[in-house]
Amino acid sequence: MAHLELNQQTIIECRRLAAQIVLKIKPVIDLHTTVGIERAALRLIGVSGALHKEGLRYPFSNSIVDQLREDRVLSKGALFWFVNALTQTGLSVSELSQKTSTGELRLSQLEKTPVAELKKYAYDLCKESLKKLAMRREERWALRKTQGDPFDLSFSSRPLVYVIVATGNIYDDVIQAQAAVEAGADAIAVIRSTAQSLLDYVPEGATTEGFGGTYATQENFKIMRDALDKEGKKAGRYIRLTNYSSGLCMAEIAALAAMERLDFLLNDAMYGILFRDINMKRTLIDQNFSRMIIAYSDIIIHTGEDNYLTTADAIENGHQVLASQFINERFALEAHMKEEQMGLGHAAEMNPWHNNVFLLEIARAQMTRDIFQKSPIKFMPPTRHKVGDIFFSHVMDAMFNLVGVLTNQGIQLLGMPTEAMHTPLLQDRFVSIKSAHYIFNAAKDLGKEISFKKDGMITMWASKVLEDTLQLLRKIEHSGLFKAIEDRCFANVSRKLDGGKGLDGVVQKDKEYLNPFFELL
Amino acid sequence: MMDKSAVDLKKILPYGDIKGDGVVQLAFTLPVPVSPEAREAAIQVCKKMGLEEIKVATMEKAATRFSFFVVYGKTKHPIDFTQIKVLKIDSPVLSRVEIDALVKETFGRKLIILGACTGYDAHTVGIDAIFNMKGFAGDYGLERYEWFDAKNLGAQVLNEDLLKLAVEQNADAILVSKVVTQHNIHVKDLKELMEKAERMGIRNKIIFIAGGPRVTHPLAIECGFDAGFGIGTKPSEVASYIVHELLKKKA
Repeated sequence: MAHLELNQQTIIECRRLAAQIVLKIKPVIDLHTTVGIERAALRLIGVSGALHKEGLRYPFSNSIVDQLREDRVLSKGALFWFVNALTQTGLSVSELSQKTSTGELRLSQLEKTPVAELKKYAYDLCKESLKKLAMRREERWALRKTQGDPFDLSFSSRPLVYVIVATGNIYDDVIQAQAAVEAGADAIAVIRSTAQSLLDYVPEGATTEGFGGTYATQENFKIMRDALDKEGKKAGRYIRLTNYSSGLCMAEIAALAAMERLDFLLNDAMYGILFRDINMKRTLIDQNFSRMIIAYSDIIIHTGEDNYLTTADAIENGHQVLASQFINERFALEAHMKEEQMGLGHAAEMNPWHNNVFLLEIARAQMTRDIFQKSPIKFMPPTRHKVGDIFFSHVMDAMFNLVGVLTNQGIQLLGMPTEAMHTPLLQDRFVSIKSAHYIFNAAKDLGKEISFKKDGMITMWASKVLEDTLQLLRKIEHSGLFKAIEDRCFANVSRKLDGGKGLDGVVQKDKEYLNPFFELL
Repeated sequence: MMDKSAVDLKKILPYGDIKGDGVVQLAFTLPVPVSPEAREAAIQVCKKMGLEEIKVATMEKAATRFSFFVVYGKTKHPIDFTQIKVLKIDSPVLSRVEIDALVKETFGRKLIILGACTGYDAHTVGIDAIFNMKGFAGDYGLERYEWFDAKNLGAQVLNEDLLKLAVEQNADAILVSKVVTQHNIHVKDLKELMEKAERMGIRNKIIFIAGGPRVTHPLAIECGFDAGFGIGTKPSEVASYIVHELLKKKA
């Protein structure tokens, strides 16, 4: 494979700076929990179901955490109180969930089991719960063996063919996904309904009405997982399923995804802060626990750096993407994730009329490949400069696909000719997948046949982006990540430490805080 | 010699190869497997659309239960171009420098402009392109105008919050960006904003502008707005419109 000659000392220094940046945030992460993390812990031990409340189905996990907040005792952790109640009442998890949610029981008012006994009970319960997650993980490995796996973690074959469905109705999504698999897709993302990231609860049940996408619910996960398993069996290859572990329910969705054997999760340490105006502390605390679950479940994350290029200029902001990738990598390592699980994101979003833009895209894609050698890089298609000329759009996607196969990207989200018009129609996906397979096959070994000139335009551009990244990371390390975000270091967006949504859901941990998952995951 | 390029504007037709041939191209799927019957069904769909001389360029298996078609046909229904009337924005486009000078001279105060992505819409790419200093396609954004006090409120701003703020700040113009269009949510949100503005009695005090990839000027008018701008709009086009409308109101 062709590689760029990049300054290895610079890369090492970038990683060192990223580690320093993350280290400074660690106390905030370690000393706090959030309502989202507490709900995720409850879900992991088997709390599921919802109450009908004001016309919607409000999850038990929310009702329980709400009660503990009202009683001002959440700082000890939801499991402290819930497990205490289990030992005191002898009720099952589901009975206790029900009784607490209706208000029949107040967890904080029960007798207290001696701490040592409580801890032992809690640890055993959590260990038992994790066995279920491990089973799902192993089931996935087995299925990949029997069905065949198109994903090549040595990145010497073609990128994974990845498409989205976004009808708003889970049953229509299934039809679209089945058709996409038949056309040659390897991975399906069910796009989430607009603004679900700002809901502080996970909706329940199968849903048929979403805007710009379909609600992420445990039941919808299950429906699509079953459908893709069946399609995979027919197609002779394991089909991966993607959803979003982001927004205010980042950790909870990670738990649900682990239970329903999702393969990919959009999960970024800073995306919620920058693009959804979720509070910095909330997001950084949540992402850590979500990634611990992800690490354990062998799920691959997709980070959201592609978004920096859609909101700010793609030619000028390459260094922001790379700096963020280094930071995302470090946060993920802190949560015990392996590099192989990090689908670091970037995108081909440069102005198509810029001189030699194809060379610049190759430079950035190859640079990303060469710096994060074990990571399955997630490459996102052009969107920003698309306007509705579907024929030209199709050509842009073809160029993007050529960059992807040439530089051995791991996961290629295919562009759609009708980008900027509507969510993809069945035929949009069909023509995209067909042309991607043509290009991936036609240029399969191109990367092995070429080399990059040491002083050529491609190497020089990548080196410049890397140097700019080093400067940016120095600046961030100097000011600290919080201040850097305030100073618009990423995507030209400024956020304040105490601004944004969800800060009231951040809770300082008490000395007696109990959540065995932090040690077991 | 007859001028072959002359077009009879009273009877125009799509033009493919030769004048008046009426050729159009279509692509669609049918929810049936590829088969001779599917091909015939595609032809009949096109016939019912009023096309003639239909050629199925390709029929492909998009999936087991879906066939994909690219079809050519000829339409025989000419349009009288001379009778066409559309609602459009006709204010001349000025440069940023010209606009600043005009505002300074005629208003002597900064114009207050608010922008937002409303409802559940989280896609700020459009409103950012119009507001951010950097602007779009080499055309600086409204925040860069010296005589504009331009505030981009960002994503997911509720209609009532936007209007409340507009009253508090004495806004001259409100720009609303809508990107998500599934189930026509954009139309619903835009109409709701105008109904609320009407009820608050501020409809005629402020210039209301809608924007987005699927927003057109006629659609915006239909929703009760003053103007609508679609994809590719530059900040100076919007700025020129605002200034000209305010001048009209002033006069």
